[in-house]
Amino acid sequence: MLDSKIPEGELSQKWTKYKSSVPLVNPANKRNLEVIVVGSGLAGSAAAASLAEMGYKVKVFCFQDSPRRAHSIAAQGGINAAKNYQNDGDSVYRLFYDTIKGGDYRAREANVHRLSEVSGNIIDQCVAQGVPFAREYGGLLSNRSFGGTQVQRTFYAAGQTGQQLLLGAYSALSRQIGMGAVKMYSRHEMLDVVVVDGKAKGIIARDLVTGKLERHSGHAVLLCSGGYGNVFYLSTNAMGSNVTAAWKAHKRGALFANPCFTQIHPTCIPVSGDHQSKLTLMSESLRNDGRIWVPKLKNDNRKANEIPEEERDYYLERRYPAFGNLVPRDVASRAAKERCDAGYGVGTSKMAVYLDFSFNMDRYGRIEANKHGLNNPSPEEIRKMGKEVIAEKYGNLFDMYKQITGENPYEVPMRIYPAVHYTMGGLWVDYNLMTNVPGLYALGEANFSDHGANRLGASALMQGLADGYFIIPYTIGAYLSNEIRSAAIPTDHAEFVACEDHVRNQLERLKNVNGTKSVDHFHKSLGKIMWDKCGMGRKGER
Amino acid sequence: MKLTLKIWRQENSNASGKFQTYQVSDVSPDMSFLEMIDVLNEKLIVKNEDPIAFDHDCREGICGMCSMVINGRPHGPLKGVTTCQLHMRSFKEGDTIVIEPWRANSFPVLKDLIVDRTAFDRVIASGGYISVNTGNAQDANNIPISKIDADEAFGSASCIGCGACVAACPNGSAMLFVSAKVNQLSKLPQGQPERNVRVLDMVAQMDKEGFGFCSNTGACEADCPKEISLTNIAALNRDYLKASLMDQ
Ligand SMILES: Cc1cc2nc3c(=O)[nH]c(=O)nc-3n(C[C@H](O)[C@H](O)[C@H](O)COP(=O)(O)OP(=O)(O)OC[C@H]3O[C@@H](n4cnc5c(N)ncnc54)[C@H](O)[C@@H]3O)c2cc1C
Ligand code: SF4
Ligand code: FES
Repeated sequence: MLDSKIPEGELSQKWTKYKSSVPLVNPANKRNLEVIVVGSGLAGSAAAASLAEMGYKVKVFCFQDSPRRAHSIAAQGGINAAKNYQNDGDSVYRLFYDTIKGGDYRAREANVHRLSEVSGNIIDQCVAQGVPFAREYGGLLSNRSFGGTQVQRTFYAAGQTGQQLLLGAYSALSRQIGMGAVKMYSRHEMLDVVVVDGKAKGIIARDLVTGKLERHSGHAVLLCSGGYGNVFYLSTNAMGSNVTAAWKAHKRGALFANPCFTQIHPTCIPVSGDHQSKLTLMSESLRNDGRIWVPKLKNDNRKANEIPEEERDYYLERRYPAFGNLVPRDVASRAAKERCDAGYGVGTSKMAVYLDFSFNMDRYGRIEANKHGLNNPSPEEIRKMGKEVIAEKYGNLFDMYKQITGENPYEVPMRIYPAVHYTMGGLWVDYNLMTNVPGLYALGEANFSDHGANRLGASALMQGLADGYFIIPYTIGAYLSNEIRSAAIPTDHAEFVACEDHVRNQLERLKNVNGTKSVDHFHKSLGKIMWDKCGMGRKGER
Repeated sequence: MKLTLKIWRQENSNASGKFQTYQVSDVSPDMSFLEMIDVLNEKLIVKNEDPIAFDHDCREGICGMCSMVINGRPHGPLKGVTTCQLHMRSFKEGDTIVIEPWRANSFPVLKDLIVDRTAFDRVIASGGYISVNTGNAQDANNIPISKIDADEAFGSASCIGCGACVAACPNGSAMLFVSAKVNQLSKLPQGQPERNVRVLDMVAQMDKEGFGFCSNTGACEADCPKEISLTNIAALNRDYLKASLMDQ
């Protein structure tokens, strides 16, 4: 029933062959074809800008007041690309292999290979747009390594990589808006997909300022609406990242794949009380220099600094001596939950473990002392110099931690706990990124195809930009080349009217419930059920 | 903690607004400022009153959506912190807190604490980019860029587009925001071909949007949550002068 449309032939040749044989749409026809893009994150902005540059008419929708604020802006760590600038043996195949292996061999190989083939182009494009990636003193691009890989292939801009990539894509989008090729609808929420004769032909959106429902018609609809992490209520996602767009598409017949694959990130700031509205990620890179531990004694109420070394359990180092604190995300998350459930958790909630930098602060301090030729430095001098090294590496994260918790992580260990972070599952798509509803596409975190059962760090940004800049511009031709003869469906068509009525009735029904509880109340209660029953370490019998 | 909140309520852009007073109790010092408002809104909703409308999304200081003037200062009392990153431990028992929207001619109030900042988007669309279509780029390492220039470009590029600089400025000037983008692109070799036309176009659009002139009060830098430096404005002025001379 589902045809993934993966091209025939050798894995490494599929995309090249596909590109040279996919049907094209000539420039005159492009001007008559309108594409609706929902979402202005990396996937949406990149797709909208590229399609408009090619000559399509594009409309973009986002619920924020500006497309620059899409949730991609919050990504911290970095973006992978198989550039092999470090000459450490990286290649398209190796990036492909690591990504497939990282996803527990459950991702679609043809899509991942294509992703790794275009990964280098992404970095080229971003640099040309003026994205200020980190550089070495020689002026060339700098790389770091991320969990799950043996090569240095991650490009970054301090701890603000997502921000810089999104501002690059936003600038390309803004250029097209300025030229009139893209019409931007900010503060608009898409509430349904309009399907006419089995094909997606438009959307119903609500103007969030006036509250009015609007009908928008197009020859294709691209959902670039992000993931569904917020079904768990608390997650590292932005408050507005809800799954309405993908869910409504599902209700109109688009199939969902792997909804159970949710990434739980091990290093987030723990919940501090019932008022909590979201959780904040502490970048994975901290595990390079922080050691994770809990007290050996159950329900130990002493402060961290009062617990002597021999009474600390560095459980990751103990259980996984080969990887230590750098075990993959899923292993680290499960182990933290296991320790807390067993009664070894720390902090007032007891639902946290320590991430302690003191050991490495002193190690760096001694190295610095040696560099400066200091003989017999005092422990205070060593600590001071070590702090400076740590501040240089992670200063912004330490500040953020202090701001949120009121504790100074240079003096006391951080408290961390796992949190919902990313959703690998999403709308099912074929090789063209089209769902099973013709004309309805899903790009970026909204689709399911590239990360299997787990996502490696720095691969979601890569996928979002690959889908938007380098894949959809080709694959959309396969569908639109057959649509050049179909005129735009007028928005007074019966299906548009029916769809808008459907949305309005639903909104009215909800408004007229006259209940006594808020929307957040329900979101919180349902999210708690999800976290308790479908969170980490679930068992068959539940 | 028990607090008194004086919050600006305004039905829509045409209505005239006024302050309304609310008492909140059980405020924990660990709450963020916005979570404190969430708790108040929950109470209003249960009483069938209209909740306070405010902008927010990431709640971690990076999207630039949150925007409240707290006790007269955009984003509140702390330096280098957005409204969403402010926590209640910065206040004490019995405090009265005055909360208003950004106030500037170019940012009309839409409702309560929400303003319309699309003028910023139009300024960017007038030239805040490098014209390079997808697929036109050469290899990323073909042009080395000194680390100093790259770091400076990054510093300017870390502006989150929140608009606090405009709200802080007695003239409602957008110079800090505009200069941060101009300077980011001027620092990079890729930004050179359009350097002159960019600064002229962006400044023209800024004026068209009705932002005020810059009289170097420095209020913008003091309240900018990303600590964007005034040196960006000086650099813009140099670029603008040079571009205007060449244009004649
Ligand atoms: C804190 C954090 C750190 C991360 N760090 C990294 C990292 O270092 N490296 C990495 O590779 N990945 C990282 N990720 C993951 C990555 O950022 C996301 O997966 C990716 O940015 C998603 O991009 P997107 O374009 O698919 O969607 P998004 O950026 O989520 O954009 C979706 C947009 O769609 C719009 N939208 C949604 N629904 C509607 C609707 N109904 N109507 C109208 N508009 C709608 C909204 O405007 C929304 O902003 C991180 C994620 C988080 C939460
Ligand atoms: S310059 Fe600062 S205050 Fe102004 S928009 Fe940018 S981040 Fe906000
Ligand atoms: S809500 Fe994103 S910066 Fe405050």
